[in-house]
Amino acid sequence: MRPLSGAPKSPSPGRRDPAPSRWAYRWSRLWLTPGFRTLVRVGLPIAVTALIAGGWLASESRRAILVSSYESLRDQFQERPEFMVNLVSIEGASPVLAEAIRVGLALPLPQSSFRIDLEGARKRVESFDAVRRAEMRILPGGVLQVSVTERVPALVWRAPDGLWLIDEGGHRVAQIGARSLRGDLPLIAGEGADQHVADALELISAAKPLTERLRGLVRMGERRWDVVLDRDQRILLPEANPVRALERILAQDQATGLFSRDVLAADLRSDRRLTIRISPEGAESLRKIRLAQTGG
Amino acid sequence: MTDLYHSQRAMRQMRKAAMQRGVVAVLDVGSSKIACMVLRFDGPDRNRAEDGVGPLAGQSQFRVIGAATTRSRGIRFGEVEGLQEAERAIRTVVQSAQKAAGQRVDHVIACMAGASPRSYGLAGEIPLTDNVVTEQDIARVLAACDIPDIGEGREVLHAQPVNFALDNRSGLSDPRGQIGHHLSVDMHLLTVNRSAVECLLHCLKRCDLEVAGIASSAYVAGLSALVEDEQELGSACIDMGAGATGISIFMRKHMIYADTVRMGGDLVTRDIAMGLQIPLPLAERIKTFHGGVHATGMDDRDMIPLTADTGDWEKDSRKVSRTELIGIMRPRVEEILEDARQHLDAAGFEHLPSQQIVLTGGGSLIPGVDMLAARILGQRVRLGRPLRVQGLPQGAAGAGFASAVGLCLFAAHPQDEWWDFEIPSDRYPARSLRRALRWFRDNW
Repeated sequence: MRPLSGAPKSPSPGRRDPAPSRWAYRWSRLWLTPGFRTLVRVGLPIAVTALIAGGWLASESRRAILVSSYESLRDQFQERPEFMVNLVSIEGASPVLAEAIRVGLALPLPQSSFRIDLEGARKRVESFDAVRRAEMRILPGGVLQVSVTERVPALVWRAPDGLWLIDEGGHRVAQIGARSLRGDLPLIAGEGADQHVADALELISAAKPLTERLRGLVRMGERRWDVVLDRDQRILLPEANPVRALERILAQDQATGLFSRDVLAADLRSDRRLTIRISPEGAESLRKIRLAQTGG
Repeated sequence: MTDLYHSQRAMRQMRKAAMQRGVVAVLDVGSSKIACMVLRFDGPDRNRAEDGVGPLAGQSQFRVIGAATTRSRGIRFGEVEGLQEAERAIRTVVQSAQKAAGQRVDHVIACMAGASPRSYGLAGEIPLTDNVVTEQDIARVLAACDIPDIGEGREVLHAQPVNFALDNRSGLSDPRGQIGHHLSVDMHLLTVNRSAVECLLHCLKRCDLEVAGIASSAYVAGLSALVEDEQELGSACIDMGAGATGISIFMRKHMIYADTVRMGGDLVTRDIAMGLQIPLPLAERIKTFHGGVHATGMDDRDMIPLTADTGDWEKDSRKVSRTELIGIMRPRVEEILEDARQHLDAAGFEHLPSQQIVLTGGGSLIPGVDMLAARILGQRVRLGRPLRVQGLPQGAAGAGFASAVGLCLFAAHPQDEWWDFEIPSDRYPARSLRRALRWFRDNW
């Protein structure tokens, strides 16, 4: 007999229809689509994050708070004593130049090393004429070290706007008041002479036998050089290959003592012939000597 | 008929699209279960070199990546009976197969067992204009087949040219480029009830699936259960399903006949339920666990408990001997096989050179059915299991999955059907651009 009490059995659990509903089926198919899946897995979190962040940042005051708190944090960090620069030390510069650099840098000290624009400062130091190269580094202990390589003057240039010292590269180093202040350096003159300092130095070294008599070099018409000796003697050098021409005339001078005679100029501009200009008195006496020789 | 012709062409296009995408589902809509397999096509030469797998008639190019079955609802005799129910069953199985594959499937190739298929043998003959057979000649000879009156409300499911003959030479499979005067063709036409096909297509459409092909279950079961020489020499495949028993005859690798007996394993279950007065699920369970068709002395002592839940103690604690069960099952199985025998006789099966019969389908799992079939159908009977394909789960390797596996092969390597050939040029519309192009191609 079946007991009257007791729980009735569940009506056959295996008969339930497991079919998915139309929408569940469509959703499962959609979910298996790779593009949609990527969209939901990657795109949706990004979109939600962006939405929340955008919503929070929509208010002006919140943005201001965010910016100011960031700035104060940054300042706090940068103003720590281990990052402060208290001292500028300049190496390799003469005292006058060092003082000029110190004034020119115009760094308000003490200052955080984060705020110092080292590259800009280096450019500023290198903009001095007398400075060839500058290196800047911040040493531990709050010292800003500026290592300066000065330019070495090689020539005195009588420029249209005064008397300048220039280095081997033709760069101006300093202005001087008088030639006699740097009598040890050779003199060049003429417009555009500073563009051809290397040629000038070569010519001067080639003219070593005449060093005592050499007054200087003159750039003529911005294309060729004249060598000026004392007693107003000139050597007009050609445009092309001037050093060779100068060596040739110097050899001739050594053989014949050309420049010890009464010669105004030796014109080497044409390499076919050497033209000598003699002073009027010399020419007159030469003529007389010729007359006497011919017995006229 | 031209409607279905065009829709079959459209299905072939869809199949091509599915091949390009690389994923296609096959769906075997049966009366007891609906099976779905998701196939991935990796191209023909994926694992040729390393493991020595040959082309194997196109089976090596795909892999089953997801398989699922479900109890079918709304299907009777292999036809859709309740549209909503069937749609839900298809949804269930497609969803779980997709889940197993981890991939969405848009294209499906389906097969159905019922819809009362009928076979016709067609013949056509044309004289050749110039003595070389061209593709246009084949199109013309196919168009020259005289279509029998297939009846109102019927559609062509398969139309396969099975044989070409050129003058006196018959048995050509590809006559293109050969020389002759008369070209003739034999075609096998399989028609089904239009309403049944339309119901199935409607179900698939409501599941958001694109149909890339539709096949007869008897045909695809034969594809997977018959081995190659059986297909070549002539054999019949009897697919004993739950609602319908499909019969297909193969000869020279072409199906030449297909039919359906509208009886199957469900009727056996019903007989057991009626004879023993037990519910259908229990009858099904007893049939699968204890069923048989040959009684022995041992079976008299083999008592099967018939538990029930009626509340009547006498009824709930009955026992039945296995002999009684066999006595119920055997006449019905005999009847089914007799019916199959009649269809085979009607098809002229006894004239084939080799008369191999292969039993497959879930009904062939009854112990001893091969001996019974040998008595009824002829001596050469064997049990057939579907071909092994790559990635097929163990649970889907049994005889009940013959048509599902055959459908995989059908998807991978379909036979050329009528709609795969060119349209004869005089059937084009008069002002068609393609006609002009064809004229150019033929004349230059």
